[in-house]
Amino acid sequence: MPDKKPLSSVNDFVVRFANVNGSGSASANEMFARAILRHGVPVSPRNIFPSNIQGLPTWYEVRVTEAGHLGARGGVDMMVAMNPQTWDKDVAGIEPGGYLFYDSTKPMPSTKFRDDITVIGVPLTAITNSTYTDPRQRQLFKNIIYLGALSALLDMDPKLIEQLIGEQYKGKEKLLSSNVHALHLGRDWALQNLKCPIGLRVKKSDKVGDRIFIEGNSAAALGAVYGGATVCAWYPITPSSSVAEAFTAHCKKYRHDPETGKAKYAIVQGEDELASIGIVIGASWNGARAFTATSGPGISLMTEFIGLSYFAEIPAVIMNIQRAGPSTGMPTRTQQCDIIACAYASHGDTKHVLLFPEDPAEAFEFAAAAFDLAERLQTTIFLMLDLDIGMNHRLCRPLKWDDARQYDRGKIMTAEMLEEGRDFGRYLDVDGDGIPYRTYPGTHPTKGSYFTRGTSRDRYARYSEEGTVYADNMQRLVRKFETAQDLVPRPLQANAERPTKYGVIYFGSTSPAMDEAIGLLEARGHQLDRLRIRAFPFHSSVASFLAEHDFVYVVEQNRDSQLRQLIVNENGIDPVRLVPIVHYDGTPITARFIAKAIGDHQDHLKVTPLRKAVS
Amino acid sequence: MTYIAKPKFHHPGLKKNALGYTHRDYEGKISTLCAGCGHDSITASIIEACYELSIEPHRVAKISGIGCSSKTPDYFLGNSHGFNSVHGRMPSVLTGANLANRDLIYLGVSGDGDSASIGFGQFAHSIRRGVNMTYIVENNGVYGLTKGQFSATADRGSKSKKGVTNTDNAIDLVAIALQLGATFVARSFSGDKSQLVPLIAAAIGHKGASFIDVISPCIAFNNHAGSTKSFDYVREHNDAVNRLDVLVGRDPIAVDYAPGTIQVVEQHDGNKIALRKIDADYDPHDRLGAQTFLARHAAKGQIVTGLLYVDPDAEDLHEHLNTVETPLNTLEADTLCPGSAVLDKINASLR
Repeated sequence: MPDKKPLSSVNDFVVRFANVNGSGSASANEMFARAILRHGVPVSPRNIFPSNIQGLPTWYEVRVTEAGHLGARGGVDMMVAMNPQTWDKDVAGIEPGGYLFYDSTKPMPSTKFRDDITVIGVPLTAITNSTYTDPRQRQLFKNIIYLGALSALLDMDPKLIEQLIGEQYKGKEKLLSSNVHALHLGRDWALQNLKCPIGLRVKKSDKVGDRIFIEGNSAAALGAVYGGATVCAWYPITPSSSVAEAFTAHCKKYRHDPETGKAKYAIVQGEDELASIGIVIGASWNGARAFTATSGPGISLMTEFIGLSYFAEIPAVIMNIQRAGPSTGMPTRTQQCDIIACAYASHGDTKHVLLFPEDPAEAFEFAAAAFDLAERLQTTIFLMLDLDIGMNHRLCRPLKWDDARQYDRGKIMTAEMLEEGRDFGRYLDVDGDGIPYRTYPGTHPTKGSYFTRGTSRDRYARYSEEGTVYADNMQRLVRKFETAQDLVPRPLQANAERPTKYGVIYFGSTSPAMDEAIGLLEARGHQLDRLRIRAFPFHSSVASFLAEHDFVYVVEQNRDSQLRQLIVNENGIDPVRLVPIVHYDGTPITARFIAKAIGDHQDHLKVTPLRKAVS
Repeated sequence: MTYIAKPKFHHPGLKKNALGYTHRDYEGKISTLCAGCGHDSITASIIEACYELSIEPHRVAKISGIGCSSKTPDYFLGNSHGFNSVHGRMPSVLTGANLANRDLIYLGVSGDGDSASIGFGQFAHSIRRGVNMTYIVENNGVYGLTKGQFSATADRGSKSKKGVTNTDNAIDLVAIALQLGATFVARSFSGDKSQLVPLIAAAIGHKGASFIDVISPCIAFNNHAGSTKSFDYVREHNDAVNRLDVLVGRDPIAVDYAPGTIQVVEQHDGNKIALRKIDADYDPHDRLGAQTFLARHAAKGQIVTGLLYVDPDAEDLHEHLNTVETPLNTLEADTLCPGSAVLDKINASLR
């Protein structure tokens, strides 16, 4: 018996699977997460994987959370330790009173365990080897067998897992029945040989509702399909590759002419990121909606073209699935570390529009909106995801589309308008919003052509190195950026129950951890108003929020508090009032971290917590 | 000087092509290059070829990188959209433009620095993909705008104006283009308009990646003794494999040439190329043969010009991608967006 009381919790715990990369564990682990969802209980799973194809350690963490906290929690209540390489670290990481699930085929010395946890041994290899002879089958079914054993230990309904297996192997009867068989091998062994259930249990609930379970990259790619992207050029880079792969898969389903079978899209895997953004710029210049998906190193390579997009005013959509930098950094770890690199990308005076979705649902919406914004503003729009949103399944509200919605193709001067004698100056601000008209190549035999260049030119696109002409154009670009403020998604504010002088600003994948942290902070008596920033340039409500609070915490996932820098820079405010709360070790930020950091600062400020009313 | 407008008046009797356009309708702004620059002769040949083909000027998109050569699209086809993009990146911009609208004619203009050095990769990959384009390199072996540094096409042993000898091996873009699968490969000389104009016309008519390397002496920095890209040197070492005529909308008539020395190639645009063979053994449909021929002559210090290879049945990138005939840039939400009913089904599959 452990010398600490075993943890006991219903629908609120963290299970972590430690596996070897390439062992086929991913689909079994994902099925575990989905099975819990089918119980009506929210889960938040996360892949923690190496930059490797086979052999290195990989983890899959499932937070079971009836309360719907979708951020990472930190800590592990049950470890499914399937990787001898990481055994010691994995065992050490279990919370006191937690559970260790392992393959007990080979006896382990007692020194390899801990006294304060419950150890559950299942002879997985022995069960597998006595049933299967093919080595590949042994490896794959071992994963399903542990899934079966876990279902018994956690009191899960096996019917729901069978249902999932049925959906996954629909039409492949042999695979279906063999998977169900493996599931019951593990489940029956556990029921016969172990005390089931343990203290951690899954109980049917109704907290999932109509929410969907999708990866951010797939949702963003779907947004590109709905947003009318026809050209995609990309270069493989973790963690962004699955955007282009998902776009390809979605297009194959939804973008072929039913009669001719021909494709209403073109996807090119470029030779590098330079070519990818070049293709996007060329296609957008010629009137198609085009995008690329990349990550930090790709952004660095693309910066010359991004400057061209800004200065020559060519639409482009870049999805940046951020990973830990600098340089190659930690390619399979998450960060929000390209804020400054993207906001001011390229040499000379430049500024770019950034969108910060918080989850896959917003990734879908913002991806579709990015194409409207790019064509309206005739510039680069960055969709700033990160690995945490992009490569993990996240529970989110269903995706929505209004069939009445038309694409905003921006200010296009047509052949008819040219025929009417409309004055066409490619860089002429006719409406006072800084946005000029453009023509597509091939529009009119004698009117509307111009020469696009990265060099300075006048309002009629004629080359000029005159200082006043150059400055006039640069000022117009500032006006255009001001116009962008009111076109991009606005910040969302949520106020504390009682008026407070303290606020917190956050964005992107920090969202679920922040929401949870607010609850923890309130429990300690700290009241904070929240502002979730969803885009750059910042809407005027950001300045108002700053003005209304004495101290504002800026929570973000990078070392140098880049969003804070951007806020200080763009709003010209006293930096002392903006307190950086940064988390940058490559793991997703947690509510515990935020609550502690902000709570400690509040204590430091000698803020006397408001006593909770005693009921 | 490009802001100086060229006078629009012209002689009323100026000849018109099938579309009723005069030569002047294919011109651009006044060149700002040095007087006598080979690039201006290439500009003149492009104008001539487009006039002869009766191309609607606005249906051409001219795209370039950075450098003297890349400035030239401003000096021809003034009613076409032009794009002076980023150094060495013309091929990717052109590829994207081509994907967006397959109905326009794409003319990529580049230089030896642009295509053989900084943009060598993009040159190679656009050729590999079979982008339907006419890719012209105005090759002078030197960086003119930055005043006379060697480029990657400068021959080993050639001397710069300052007397420095080049010790690096030269890149022969024609040899590379052949190796990479270009389906139309030619070399010419800016000073040989009678050879260059039909080559450009034939390249425009070709569906697929057409590549023309045009030796174009830099009169300011690479036209001295010791240079292998000077007017004198090229004239002395030029070895043409064939001369050609592009026959627009009519059958080839072999009048002056003995039977057996003319080969007719019909292209995708319906026009025919009549190849007047100079080297009797030369077969322009044999890629391997062309590579060997080129290497053998290069070893002898000869610059082979003419149409070196053509595959009249080539496929282009759009065929590889199986894209719709309608230009992608004209498609709207009604054909691109799967709609809310499909989205509901997608949502259902994600629960």
